[in-house]
Amino acid sequence: MNRRDLLGMAGGVALAPLLGPVWAARADEAPQRLVVVMLRGAVDGLNVVVPYGEQAYYDARPTIAIQKPGADNGALPLDGHFALHPALAALLPLWNDGKLAFIHAAGSPDPSRSHFDAQQFIENGTPGHATTPDGWMNRVLAALPGPRTPTDALSVGPTLPFILKGSVAVANLPLGPKAAQPMAIDQPQVASAFDKLYAGNDRQSLAYRQGREARTELIADMSTEEQMADAGAPPADALPAMADHLAGLMTKDRHLRLAFVSLGGWDTHVNQGNHAGQLANRLKPLGDGLAELAQKLGPDWNDTVIVVISEFGRTVHENGNAGTDHGHGNVIWVLGGKVNGGKIYGEWPGLATAQLYQGRDLAVTTDYRHPLAQILERHMRLNNAAMAKIFPGMPAPRGNLGQILAA
Amino acid sequence: MTLRSPCFLAAICVVALAASLPAFADPASDQQIIHVLNRIAFGPTPADVAHVKEIGIDRYIDEQLHPDKIAESPALTERLVGLDTLKLNPVELFKEYGPILPIMNGGVKPTPEEQKARRQRARIIVQQAQDAHIWRALHSRRQLQEVMVDFWYNHFNIFAGKGLDHLWVGRFEADAIRPYALGHFHDLLLATAHSPAMLFYLDNQLNTAPGSPGAKGNQTGINENYAREIMELHTLGVDGGYTQDDVIALARILTGWGLARPGLGRGDGSAQVFDESRHDVTPKNFLGRTIEPAGEAEGVEAIGMLAASPATAHHIAFELAQYFVADNPPQALVDRLAQRFHATDGDVAAVLKTLLTSREFRDSAGQKYKTPYQYVVSAARVAGVEVNNPRPLIGTMARLGEPLYYCQTPDGYKNTEDAWLSPDATTLRIGFATGLGRGALPLKNPRPAPPAAPAVMATPQLVADRHEPQPPPKPEPLDAAPLQALLGPTLGDNTRSAVAAAPDNLKAALILGSPDFMRR
Repeated sequence: MNRRDLLGMAGGVALAPLLGPVWAARADEAPQRLVVVMLRGAVDGLNVVVPYGEQAYYDARPTIAIQKPGADNGALPLDGHFALHPALAALLPLWNDGKLAFIHAAGSPDPSRSHFDAQQFIENGTPGHATTPDGWMNRVLAALPGPRTPTDALSVGPTLPFILKGSVAVANLPLGPKAAQPMAIDQPQVASAFDKLYAGNDRQSLAYRQGREARTELIADMSTEEQMADAGAPPADALPAMADHLAGLMTKDRHLRLAFVSLGGWDTHVNQGNHAGQLANRLKPLGDGLAELAQKLGPDWNDTVIVVISEFGRTVHENGNAGTDHGHGNVIWVLGGKVNGGKIYGEWPGLATAQLYQGRDLAVTTDYRHPLAQILERHMRLNNAAMAKIFPGMPAPRGNLGQILAA
Repeated sequence: MTLRSPCFLAAICVVALAASLPAFADPASDQQIIHVLNRIAFGPTPADVAHVKEIGIDRYIDEQLHPDKIAESPALTERLVGLDTLKLNPVELFKEYGPILPIMNGGVKPTPEEQKARRQRARIIVQQAQDAHIWRALHSRRQLQEVMVDFWYNHFNIFAGKGLDHLWVGRFEADAIRPYALGHFHDLLLATAHSPAMLFYLDNQLNTAPGSPGAKGNQTGINENYAREIMELHTLGVDGGYTQDDVIALARILTGWGLARPGLGRGDGSAQVFDESRHDVTPKNFLGRTIEPAGEAEGVEAIGMLAASPATAHHIAFELAQYFVADNPPQALVDRLAQRFHATDGDVAAVLKTLLTSREFRDSAGQKYKTPYQYVVSAARVAGVEVNNPRPLIGTMARLGEPLYYCQTPDGYKNTEDAWLSPDATTLRIGFATGLGRGALPLKNPRPAPPAAPAVMATPQLVADRHEPQPPPKPEPLDAAPLQALLGPTLGDNTRSAVAAAPDNLKAALILGSPDFMRR
């Protein structure tokens, strides 16, 4: 039985009693989780994982380059060629521990420099084909075995992103401050009146019932202490607060398999800064939030893979305003307890002019789908038939990407 | 879509048979009147329904297409008079509320505390712009003009959280959008290109010819941002036939389109200026045409080319049909609108007339899912509550993911069901409807002082949180009977029976929180 059947069957009756036994049956399993963090606006990957071994990098970026390891405010060395932006220092222990890997010069084979087209091609899993009707994470959900519950997949925020759109219903929740504050719908009299109003099988009724169930679970999964703490001031930055709640939900809610978070503000056309400044100010809470998520997941960290991805990279050369314009290749981040980390994956194309895509951008040597496919196969345990549906038409890898995940 | 009453479907069938009749039957049915008010106004009010009944739908559409001939509501005018920052021009806003520069401070560098205090003082500007925007949407008699302001603002979106744009979003709407909302597209495009808000938001203010006499500091080269987005989002569309070379050519054409340094403006109150010393003076090849060196006139010529392109006509036609008719609008309608756009040199009122009198429009009742903004405003309008304090409405929009003036990306907010229908949003909308129905929202309170949290790079959550709850008013529950009488014809059978079965104190909440009322 898939989720649609479940919801369809439930019709007008309340779903919670129906779902009780389902949870119990799966409560003892250690679920494999995938968290995708999308950096909308195109993060400058060359300043995230810095190719400090190449003079061309410093030639192209007279004011915004991150200085070499050892220099004042220099990058944090990863290997003999690459180093990490110093604002991401919180992630260095994970790298040293072999739990963080990067795939450089990765991206979409589609050449679009439109944010919106490029994001669509990352989310629908079919670069160049804009009309694909659903997102690849929804297709993953459809391929996972077993009965479905309201929080198998979770999108953080008030709207549902395309990556999770599709035939399987998905919950979305705002995490962070005030998420668990009381609402009218928590009152039985109000809930029962609205239940009658949204008893159909139309999209709005399905969304309503999803929202009710997810909210019931969210409230149940958050301790009184958390609810009290959240009633106060908003956090300075969104991600650390969300990471805290996401970790809380993942450790308590055994059926959550997929989560998606998107963060904006990466489109640094002007004054992006170097070791400090605009980009650094965005990277710091991201790194801190990811490190906190890893730490708070506890034993579940072993069964979690976090992927950080962006729609495309930015120009190798800084532009006339100490910023960067829309480019092509970027870096993908992979974190998790079973990651073969401490290593940069992918084929580095180099930054000499002749090596650049259209003479201006980092080339793409790894299709973004290939590392994702490996994670889905090895970690989420999906077979070839499922993969053919999740990334239809995906070409064979050009070279051997290597094993990002321990077997 | 929820089922509507059989008489509604029958009415559509009868009208559909009579192909040669005007788009709407005369006299119009209640359903047709509400349909029209749902699309060209922010939903029905008892007064609007009575007005349309009196003059007929066709005359109402004509009236709304010419907002200058509609006398504005005196009560609205009086409310707007109290918003003093709306009266300042961009230069005055910068001087009064912008960062303190040494040149304005007797050569003395201000302390960080002084700058911070200044920034806090400036929050009043966005707050007043938001309040004005909501009051106009609620009360303006020029409803279609305000609907088109929503449409065009999102088409030419500016994010108030970027740099100086918190000073100028209100002016942008007042100077570059509203005057042209039903005018010619070319004028609208040029006004947005000249606006300080756009020049700042998409970075063209820094776009500089490398090696030009004025190239210095952080203005030493090309910035492609605006050149790309004006083609991708504002005019041709992403598949409109331009290349990366065209992006660079247009960026070079627009070098020097920037912001005046304090005290050096044109003296007309606009902060916009053309800085010859940063302009690229070589010929450019743009969209297959050679643009000879001509200073600022090159940019005006290029903008003229973009406004006149058939790709632009098609792009705008699609967006209008999607906004007014259906998420996936009928191709034949889009084609007709594009032809009309082209034939009238982008006369927006003429294109809208074709759209609003089309059969596709007439037959599309209930096909659109309201955006958070449309939902919140239409609920407050139909409820007929006095809104002295729009903060609860603005806060609800933010919690639903549509904070007013805070869409970060240049594509603006979408208006499709896919973008806004979600489990969490449904729960939140119901919470809002219940609060409004029970009279529990502090809408009648006096407006609060400017909020205390920072306005920079605000996330929707932060924007929402900024509007702290106020002391709860004495609840004055809405009377469900007039709501039911007005909206009854558009409520499905299931909704009607659920409302009938509900306790009296929840009936209004159920109507406003019904699946039917979330559509338009």
